Amino acid sequence: MTRISEEQVRHVAHLARLAITDEEVHTFTEQLDAIITFAEQLNELDTSNVQPTSHVLNMKNVLRKDESAPGLDREEVLKNAPDQQDGQIRVPSIIE
Amino acid sequence: MQFETVIGLEVHVELKTNSKIFSSAPAHFGAEPNTNTTVIDLGYPGVLPVMNEKAVEFAMKAAMAINCEIAEETKWDRKNYFYPDNPKAYQISQYDKPVGENGWVEIEVNGETKRIGITRLHLEEDAGKLTHAGKHSLCDYNRQGTPLVEIVSEPDIRTPEEAYAFLEKLKAIIQYTEVSDCKMEEGSLRCDANISLRPVGQKEFGTKTELKNLNSFNFVRKGLEYEEKRQADVLSSGGTIDQETRRFDEATGKTLLMRVKEGSDDYRYFPEPDLLSVIIDDEWKERVRASIPELPDARKKRYMEELGLPAHDAKILTMSKDIADFFEATVAAGAAAKLASNWMMGEVPAYLNAESKELAQTKLTPENLAGMIKLLEEGTISSKIAKTVFKEIIENGGDAEAIVKEKGLVQISDESALLKFVNDALDANPQSIADFKEGKKKAIGFLVGQIMKASKGQANPQAINKLLVEEIQKR
Amino acid sequence: MSLFDHKLTEIQSMIDKKEVSIPDLVDESFKRIAAVDGDVKAFLALDEERARKQAEEAQGAGKTGILSGIPIGIKDNIVTKGLRTTAASQILHNFDPIYDATVVNKLREAGTITVGKLNMDEFAMGSSTENSSFQKTRNPWNLAHVPGGSSGGSAAAVAAGEVPFSLGSDTGGSIRQPASFCGVVGMKPTYGRVSRFGLIAFASSLDQIGPITRNVEDNAHLLEALAGVDPYDSTSANVPAESFAAGLTGDIKGLRIAVPKEYLGEGVSEEVRQSVLAALKVLEGLGATWEEVSLPHSKYGVATYYLLASSEASSNLARFDGIRYGYRAEGAENLIDLYKKTRAEGFGDEVKRRIMLGTFALSSGYYDAYYKKAQQVRTLIKKDFEDVFASYDVIIGPTTPTPAFKIGEIIDDPLTMYANDILTIPVNLAGVPGISVPCGFAENGLPLGLQIIGRHFDEKNVYRVAHAYEQATDFHKEKPKL
Repeated sequence: MTRISEEQVRHVAHLARLAITDEEVHTFTEQLDAIITFAEQLNELDTSNVQPTSHVLNMKNVLRKDESAPGLDREEVLKNAPDQQDGQIRVPSIIE
Repeated sequence: MQFETVIGLEVHVELKTNSKIFSSAPAHFGAEPNTNTTVIDLGYPGVLPVMNEKAVEFAMKAAMAINCEIAEETKWDRKNYFYPDNPKAYQISQYDKPVGENGWVEIEVNGETKRIGITRLHLEEDAGKLTHAGKHSLCDYNRQGTPLVEIVSEPDIRTPEEAYAFLEKLKAIIQYTEVSDCKMEEGSLRCDANISLRPVGQKEFGTKTELKNLNSFNFVRKGLEYEEKRQADVLSSGGTIDQETRRFDEATGKTLLMRVKEGSDDYRYFPEPDLLSVIIDDEWKERVRASIPELPDARKKRYMEELGLPAHDAKILTMSKDIADFFEATVAAGAAAKLASNWMMGEVPAYLNAESKELAQTKLTPENLAGMIKLLEEGTISSKIAKTVFKEIIENGGDAEAIVKEKGLVQISDESALLKFVNDALDANPQSIADFKEGKKKAIGFLVGQIMKASKGQANPQAINKLLVEEIQKR
Repeated sequence: MSLFDHKLTEIQSMIDKKEVSIPDLVDESFKRIAAVDGDVKAFLALDEERARKQAEEAQGAGKTGILSGIPIGIKDNIVTKGLRTTAASQILHNFDPIYDATVVNKLREAGTITVGKLNMDEFAMGSSTENSSFQKTRNPWNLAHVPGGSSGGSAAAVAAGEVPFSLGSDTGGSIRQPASFCGVVGMKPTYGRVSRFGLIAFASSLDQIGPITRNVEDNAHLLEALAGVDPYDSTSANVPAESFAAGLTGDIKGLRIAVPKEYLGEGVSEEVRQSVLAALKVLEGLGATWEEVSLPHSKYGVATYYLLASSEASSNLARFDGIRYGYRAEGAENLIDLYKKTRAEGFGDEVKRRIMLGTFALSSGYYDAYYKKAQQVRTLIKKDFEDVFASYDVIIGPTTPTPAFKIGEIIDDPLTMYANDILTIPVNLAGVPGISVPCGFAENGLPLGLQIIGRHFDEKNVYRVAHAYEQATDFHKEKPKL
């Protein structure tokens, strides 16, 4: 039984914003299926009473004081920008 | 078929901290594009967020003010989606452990009070701002990382009017806590609305649509009114409502399709590994609770009970904390409560609207306003003169009594002084005497007007009335 | 003999005696790079002009600390202001950071001189450095073999004598595995010991920066400079600073060593097993005792790791979208096309594969079955370590199941590649510190590594054991013949 279909692979690629060729769909489906099948060995374990670990250290309440400082110069903000206009970063129109 | 309308609101409120939620960049509105950012706000490779303590406290404060239960442990999650205003391609938000849950806000519509449930209040980061420039869009990241609370109401709202009242009340409450300016025009308060219809008596909700681009409370009401009617028309003619997002068009007052929702969006929420959870203990909770000032409803009740104001006055005055604070200070400075209320609901907002100003931008103070009201109450000045004095003190400031003296605006109540005005007027208008004697009572009004004119408004109108009748009888 | 064959304290004493100058040290580094990096291909970028200028300035200013004037190489996923930082990815091929990572600031304060940026698997995803977008680094001991990964450039540069020190990062073994493959010392500190601010995130809950050096003592000195709580990293721990080097007494009498049977079992080659058993004998000779124990959930580590790390990575790497920095595809028709093209052209296959896996594991309907399940198993793996550490001081086993494999040998087989990290991954999942020190050579002449694992924030003890072992053996004195 396959764990992931080509259609799902296309959907996941869309969610991840990755252009994907038909050939890649095929390869990724095979590889992801193998990895997911491998990962399903975790189902051998009963974890119904196990808390998930998001943070390995038991630290809480790390907060900073509300102090402000001047921001970056705009030149620095735009230094690495692939495209810009009027001090702002330019992208293709968001209106479809 | 008769339908019942079901409305739920999602309100975003920016918190007015000094710095952003995860960085030290200034969190203020109105700077030049891309000048209030750090590498953290820009989502540069390698950066990490650190939570602003004040943002957490402000969120707690707002949540308490709308009667939410405060989480013992609150945590943040990543909401993943690509958009140019979202630099990391995930928004740090809260999924399963928001700061506050299960609150309520009481509204009053047509004299009836109603409780609207609050599902949750959570603390997240605001996005940048996009503007359109032809074939392109431009990104300004100044707003990115401004702390934001999202307040989600229960689907308890049944009419657009209730939605309007809810928003006004919510805004008032949040403003009272001083965690936000709640200025829709600056985007520090924003609202989306969900609306569906169901046949009266049906339990299940109908399919809802989401309304966006609602840039004022009035547009929220108008958009909902339009959508209510549109859905009713579709359903009555046997059609079905699609789950979709619609945009309110201010020019036409209509709602227009933005996009159809395909199932629910897959945001792939997961716990933010770069932030730790925050434990809110009782001590902290009580400290924040103690910082919440008296809220609008409590104040309204007090104004009615202690100051004897009518319910209508008390409600209007307490809708804005600035106005209510000013009103109270005016009363404390010696003004009669009802007179102060009349001015705060009448001439003051009329002036502010006409001049497009905020109270703080004028020279009016509770002291000079109270001084003027006292002169009015004592009969030292007439209400007509009071308007002149008011204009003077709101524009140029100064003490009302000094102005009245300096400009000679004191009301003339001295009988001998008034008699001269009365007899001059009667001598000049014999026809009016005749008219009065023929039973035309209006003639008195004309004569009073003449005397007020001649005395530059200083004559005491009640006294003149009395003297006129007496003097006419003598002729 | 190279200057870098001396340990740090010796180099500093040579500087004090004016037998060598800081510009000499930096010169040594660039000369060696010029001589061998054409073969080793460890460096992606050099910062020669600035490094030489800093060396002159440092020489003039006089020594300030034990790391003053020492040349260092930095893994290319650690951001360096004014020095191109790519994480070995096409998507950042033109990226010039506008800030320095916290560790880079700390190194500057300590006086080290950055020579250049070191090759790696793209975004630290890989175990061979073959996944770099730019070049394949080779193992200095045998150029046909991989140096390991993902910090392959960092380990190879130290092994080849191009720099005495380097920084790596370790998410599932990325410091220890290449250190083992290249015969050098690599430390993965406790999660939270070193700030991650400025480390281009792969898997935030697992990533940790650490030092790679030629000997344990130098490694301890370097970690001292890197460690400490950082107000810019919420997950950095506020534990008191301590001197790791001061604990290197050579005395391990009474040390209780746990040897997990899972670390010497199936999949571990016989020569690796024998080298570990021999190392245990050495340690016994020094007064330690060892017993076999079990870390019963070890075999689930790889699956747990790939689900968690890929999920976090799918989110961490979403910011590489061609909008604010880095590569942007040409000829996109609209916004969504721009995103998709940029990312398809900018990322390599392994990165895409993990982004896809992670996106799937987090997606609606699969989260509980994959992501949450893996987080729960992580709890069990962490508990395995806690149970063992209740009765033992350190855990010892091999770093890798085999010595370095050949370039191209397993690149097309992701699962076999992942299995390489089977012995290092649980350490990251538990957040504990682990070091790899040289413990012998395979028949084909390639180095083998011994992994020593400690309790949370017990690096001092890990270093003490590693140092005692190192001083009792000569493996670290062997150098590759380039």
